[in-house]
Order: sequence, then C-alpha cells, then structure tokens
Amino acid sequence: MRLYDVEVASRLLLGTAQYPSPAILAEAVRASGAEIVTVSLRRESGRLREGQDFWSLIRELGVRVLPNTAGCHSVKEAVTTAQMAREIFATDWIKLEVIGEADTLQPDVFGLVEAARILSEDGFSVFPYMTEDLVVAERLMEAGCKVLMPWGAPIGSGKGLNNLFGLRALRAHFPDVPLIVDAGIGLPSHASAAMELGYDAILLNTAVAKAGDPASMARAFALAIEAGRAAYLARPMEPRDMAAPSTPVLGKPSLAG
Amino acid sequence: MKIIVNGVEHELAAATLAAALKTLEYENATVATALNGHFVPARKREEAKLAEGDRIEIVAPRQGG
Repeated sequence: MRLYDVEVASRLLLGTAQYPSPAILAEAVRASGAEIVTVSLRRESGRLREGQDFWSLIRELGVRVLPNTAGCHSVKEAVTTAQMAREIFATDWIKLEVIGEADTLQPDVFGLVEAARILSEDGFSVFPYMTEDLVVAERLMEAGCKVLMPWGAPIGSGKGLNNLFGLRALRAHFPDVPLIVDAGIGLPSHASAAMELGYDAILLNTAVAKAGDPASMARAFALAIEAGRAAYLARPMEPRDMAAPSTPVLGKPSLAG
Repeated sequence: MKIIVNGVEHELAAATLAAALKTLEYENATVATALNGHFVPARKREEAKLAEGDRIEIVAPRQGG
C-alpha cells in the first residue's frame, strides 16, 4: 500500500491514546504489526515533561508517526497545529481533523476542505478525517489530498460501519485513491468488513486501547484486517435471496419410498 | 511583564520567546511554540519579541488517536 510517497506493508494504523500504561501501549503496537501510529500535540509542563517521555517511547518503537490535529474546531487552529507538528515530528504527514460538532465529533467538512487546501499548498501530505460524502471527497482531492479517511462511525463509539452503502459508493467512485476507515471501529469483524469492501487500511485506537487485553486485541485486529484484505482480493461471491444447494442435485438416489 | 504561558499567567522578564523558554526550563525539551496563536518555528524564537499580555503556547508530543 502506498500512502503519498511511502510504501507500507501493514494495513493497520494504530492510535496511541488511552492505554492503561506506556508499557501496554508499546506491547500493543508491537503485537499489531502497525508501521504507522497516530500522535498528538498537547501543552507541555516545564516540570512534568510528560511529552518527552512519551516521545522517547514512540521513537524506541521505530514506527512512523502520523500527527493529528485532534480537538481543533477551526481552520486556523488546525493549520497552526499542523505547522507545530511538522516541526516537532519532522514529517509532512498530518491527520487533519477539523471538528464540527461536539457530540458526534463529526468533521466540519467545509473547514476541512479549506484547511486541506492551505496545508497541501504548504507541502503537507494531508490525511483528512472526513465523512463518507462523495462530493466532500471530490473537493478534498481537488484540494490536494491523495489519501482519504472516512469515518466508520463516531470517534470512540465502537459502532462499526454505520453507512455501508456510502462506504461502498466511495470505494467505487475512487478506485485508485488509498481509502482508510478512520474512527468508529469496535471489533475485528468491523475492520474485516471494511477491508472486504476494498478499503485499503484501518485506523483505530479505542477498540484496542480499551480492550481488556490490548495487545491480544491488537493482534486480533491485525489478523482480521489481513483476512478481510485476502477476501477482497479473492473476489467474494454475489449474495442471493433464495437458497441454492451446494451439494449436487444430480445423482441423488431416490429413497423417498 | 505579564505573559500567559499555556493558559497560565506568568511574570517574566524575558524579552524574546527564546529567552522565555530558557527561563521556563524548556531549553532542551522537544517542544513547538506559538505566539498569540501564530506558529513560531524554533529558528525564529530569538527574533520573536514579547510584549505585555502576550500568549505563548508550548506543546510537546502526546498520545493521540
């Protein structure tokens, strides 16, 4: 899978928040096989230095980071956060979030397109957190995005794929654009379902971090994503309404009496 | 003069953003900075003059989804 100019083998992108401890986070990242993890920027206290320890841990894991603009509600906040992230993490990659609604954390797609344009023109590789809207997708592509990240369901909800029809339509309309389902995944079966639709990858966090055993769940997701991808490539059968016997009818002995 | 650092008021004598970071003991930390809502790259911190009431944001890597 190619994301901007980077070739990536693992189709699971993992978030780094909400784990019971840094050690469990590290264990989960290793178990997931993820090559990309998402990170954020937050205020640093001069004395506590929480960020420095976290950054050391991530660097030890040897993974590529995808910084986010989580919590930004305006274009200006998101753009400034992206600029700060580029300097700290030394990457042009940015998971662009411009949040439009507090209860659903759904993206403000108008602000998203504007911020995506500003950042793309400034040399960023933008990974936009978006709804599955086809027109928004088109506008984001025009703005310079080469990867799209529609939500499955609201962030942290674990509800899976809320709009299968919309996700399928998005896949069909953009056959050559890397599509990553970002947010709302709760179970490996949800991730597998998205991969079976032909999605290129899954970005998730809470489903692993809040599992009773995050490392085992990370492994379960890795397997499910691999299985879903293999199923997609194997071209699934067409479903039908009525039964069709799988055992041959011809040659059945007449035993009814 | 009064400077707001990460939302908290400080009394600082520092004339520049670089000097403020030194006073606040961020010198060797991996941080990014903004002054009054605008990103200030590390190489520009020496030139970024501070004035009464300025707002500084100092951020570092953190867990994210």
